[in-house]
Parts: sequence; C-alpha cells; structure tokens
Amino acid sequence: MKATAINNNYPHVSHRDASLGYRRREHALMLLLMSPAVLVVFVLLLIPLGWLIGQSFYADGFSLEHYQRIFTEGIYWNTFWVTFRISFIVTLLALLMGYPIAYAASILPRRWSMLVLALVILPFWTSVLVRAYAWLILLQRSGVVNESLLGVGLIDAPLALVHNELGTIIATVHILLPFMVLPLYATMQKIPSDLIQAGASLGGTPLHVFMRVFFPLSLSGVLAGMTLVFVLCLGFYITPELVGGGRTVMASMLVSRNIQLYSDWGAASAVSVVLLICVLAIFYVVSRLVPLEKILGAK
Amino acid sequence: MNKLSLSRISFIGYVALVLIFLILPLLIVVPMSFSDSRFLSFPPSSFSFRWYETFFNNPGWMSAAKTSLIVAFSTALIATPIGVAAAYAINNSSHWLMRYLKIVLLLPLIVPIIIVATGVFFIYALSGMLYTIPGLIMADVMLALPYVITAVTAGLHGFDQTQEMVARSLGMNRFRAFMSVTLPQIMPSVMTGAIFAFIQALDETMVALFISGGQNQPLTVRMFTALRDEIDPTIAAISTLLTAASFALVLLLVLARRQPTA
Repeated sequence: MKATAINNNYPHVSHRDASLGYRRREHALMLLLMSPAVLVVFVLLLIPLGWLIGQSFYADGFSLEHYQRIFTEGIYWNTFWVTFRISFIVTLLALLMGYPIAYAASILPRRWSMLVLALVILPFWTSVLVRAYAWLILLQRSGVVNESLLGVGLIDAPLALVHNELGTIIATVHILLPFMVLPLYATMQKIPSDLIQAGASLGGTPLHVFMRVFFPLSLSGVLAGMTLVFVLCLGFYITPELVGGGRTVMASMLVSRNIQLYSDWGAASAVSVVLLICVLAIFYVVSRLVPLEKILGAK
Repeated sequence: MNKLSLSRISFIGYVALVLIFLILPLLIVVPMSFSDSRFLSFPPSSFSFRWYETFFNNPGWMSAAKTSLIVAFSTALIATPIGVAAAYAINNSSHWLMRYLKIVLLLPLIVPIIIVATGVFFIYALSGMLYTIPGLIMADVMLALPYVITAVTAGLHGFDQTQEMVARSLGMNRFRAFMSVTLPQIMPSVMTGAIFAFIQALDETMVALFISGGQNQPLTVRMFTALRDEIDPTIAAISTLLTAASFALVLLLVLARRQPTA
C-alpha cells in the first residue's frame, strides 16, 4: 500500500523492472533498519521464552510432571485462583473509578479536563516503589487512614489494611487506574458531541442519551482498559510483595520464589508458561475486537 | 436542569474523591521526607533535612543512584536510534514480514514482566552478563523499545513523507535526507520516545531484581530491599526526589510536544 505510493512519487523509476528492483532494495533496506530492534528482542526475550517452554516439559527427559503439579497441588491452584480473583476485583474497581474520571475529562471545558488528566498522569509517571511506600505509610496500623478513622471515632481499633489482600487490592487499583482512564478517555474524546446533542434534541433525557448513545460508543475503550488492567494485574509482583507483605501470593511471586528460594526452574517455567498462555489468549481474543495498538497505547 | 443538579453534584463529588485517591499518596510522601522522627507519623512533629543528608552521605545509596543514572542515560541513548530506525521501517514498508516483526517488537509490553525477568536472568547467566551494567542497559533497551517505536511511529504518521522524497529527488542521499528533512520535523516525538526510555529505565525494578547485584545495584533494587526489610524514612527522601524528577520530565515532555510540528 505504501510501496505503490512511493513508486508514484518516483517518476524516474516508472519502468516496471526498475520498479521491481527498487521495491526489492527498499524491502531489504527496511528489514535492515528493523534488524537491531528485532535482534535485541529476539536474543533477550524470544530465545529465553523458547528455553522456558522447553524447561517446563523437562524432568530427566520429556515429562508433564511440572504441569501435573500445577493442576493437582493445592498451593499452585490456590495461587492462580488468588491471582485471578484479585485481577477481577481490581479491574472492576478500576472501571468503576476510571469511567467517571474519563467521562468528566471528555465533557469538561478544556482547562478543567487538562487538570483532571494531569492528576491521572502524574501518579502514572511516579515510580511504583514510591507509590507502594506511600500506601504502606497510609494504610499501616498506626498509619494516616487508621489514625484519622480512630480520631473521628468511626472505629475503636485499627483496621488491618496492609500486609494482606485488601492492601494489595487498594495499592494495585491505584497503580493501574491510569491504565484504565487513558484508553477510555482516548475513546470518549472521539465520540462526536453532535451525536449527544442530536440525542438530546430528539427528546432523550440526559441519562437516556448517555445509556443509548454515549455508553455504547465508549465500549471499545472499556474493553481496551479492562484488558490492559486485567493482564497487567495478572503479572503483578512488586506491589503484592511489598504491600501484601508476602502473604498474598500471586502467580508471579510463585515464579520468583521457585527460582530464588528453591532453584526449581521446572516449576517456575511451568507456572510462567501457564501465565503467559492466559495473557496471550486474552490479548488474542480481545485483539479480534479492538486493535492491539489501541490496547497497548496507554502503556 | 434543576432536577439534574443533585446528580451532577454527586457526580462531581465522586470524581473529586477518585482524584484525591489518585494524588494523595504522592503528596503524603513529601512531608514524611522532611520529618525529624524516625517513626512514621503524619503530620510530622518537626521539620528536618536529616533523611536527605542520610541519603547523600551514604555511599551505598549514592553508588546506587549513580548506577541508575548511568543506566537510564545509556538506555535512552541506545534505544532511541534503534527505535527510530525501526519506526521508520514500520512506517515505510508493506513487506509481509513487517506485520509479524511489529508484534515481536510489542512483545516486551505483552509478556508479563516476571517472565521477561526470568528469561533475561537465564540468558545472562549463560553469557556471563549477570550483575553487569551493560547487562542492565541492554535489558532496559529491550523494555524501552516499544515506547520509543510507538512514539516515533505516531510522529511519522503526522509527517508528510513526500518532503523526504523531494529532498532525495534533488540529489540528497537517503540518510542525509532523513537527517536534514524528516528528523527535525519529527523531533518532538523522538524526544518523547527518548524521555519514555529514560523514565522506564530509571523506574525498572523487576528485571533489575533478577539481574543486578553487588556494586551494580540500581536505586530501585536497593529501595525494594529496604522497603521489604524495614520502613526507613530515607526512602521518603528518595521518593520525593524521584517524584520531583518525574514531574520535571513530564514538564519537559509537555514542552517537547508544544514545539510546532509541520
């Protein structure tokens, strides 16, 4: 498509053979320009992935032992269950919190919408470690939240907000919320306001217009945001390790522990492969409905 | 409209609450870092710079900060040209291979980071790159490439390629035509890509946890270990500095975007 455009712009290569030769050279040059980037990803990602997949089937020869363990041993099952449960809850909360934010940013006057977006993007650009630390300060036993709640008299004893699943969920929602808002906003921004006005002028109540016109048009953004948050959450490590206090074990922590504590590469690689298959399957299914670039655009 | 105002007020209130949820954790760290107390208290009892002094006087923290800066600068310097070349190729070629190579280049974003870390650890253990600075840089280059490529591809989409064609038909070779005609016009998106690469390398924790060690630990890895073991207020000082650095870079980004594009 681009190649024909190039030929049209080149009067002096209008001859068919010359054009063919030109195109061939052009392809070769483009692949050459592509090669350093592809090489880096190939050596540092694709080769190790192939090796991991190989390891997961290996225990003194070909074996399904590691996979059997995942599907029979309680600790593995439980970890995957916890990982998926946390990811579902986080995705749902992020949608409930992110949709109104994105909606506000898309309908407010420019100055206000810039402010809203800035408040979304600033945490996005702050180190995950900084945010994990902040949540530890806020949520710990004598932390800001507990002290204020005690002070107001809403509770009698400090709540256990951190070093557990609740703390993990709160901090994870905070970290992943921008990944929900940004694709949502990108979609909503493109919804023509004429449509909303048309809906209103035809006698629809604002709620009706929102439900029948705006919301359906924003669904591709909802899908992109939910996919991104869910998939990122499946692979989360730093936040559950720090804020969860190591007690809420997610799939990625299982991989890390098997390697660093037990040097059990077989188990680690089998867990990795199952996790990777889940992630790729989700991306594959969703990419049939929404282009991959749109989902990853916010990342 | 009157009936609406109640729901409108509750909507605004809800949005404000979520925004406070988003921004509060960033604001809480700053007063903590200026506290005089060893224990976490908010608001802090008295003002002091002692945690900043601890940070700047501790050779361990300083060497970690140096490693982080070296790695982040090198990553931006390497990932940007490689990424620009790839983005140029993606934008100019309709070769059937490109579709697949494009997906390959997005993989560092798609594959869960723990799996990336495990894989890089394995390949470095084989090649003796474990616990080295070049090892850290190359891993960060891989992770930064998708950001650079995405940013620059967007820039190239908004650029009229025929300008480069004109320069070439007037006798410039392709490289010179790119450098003197195309590059200056897509500069804001190239800068955006470079800043993305820098921040990503500065922030990267997961892969570094696996492949860095000894003298060559970046700041994030030291912070992670410190946070896991005990809550040391020095972290608040470092966090404040890091947050300030991020804000400065975002500002730079906004300024880079502001530059007029053709």
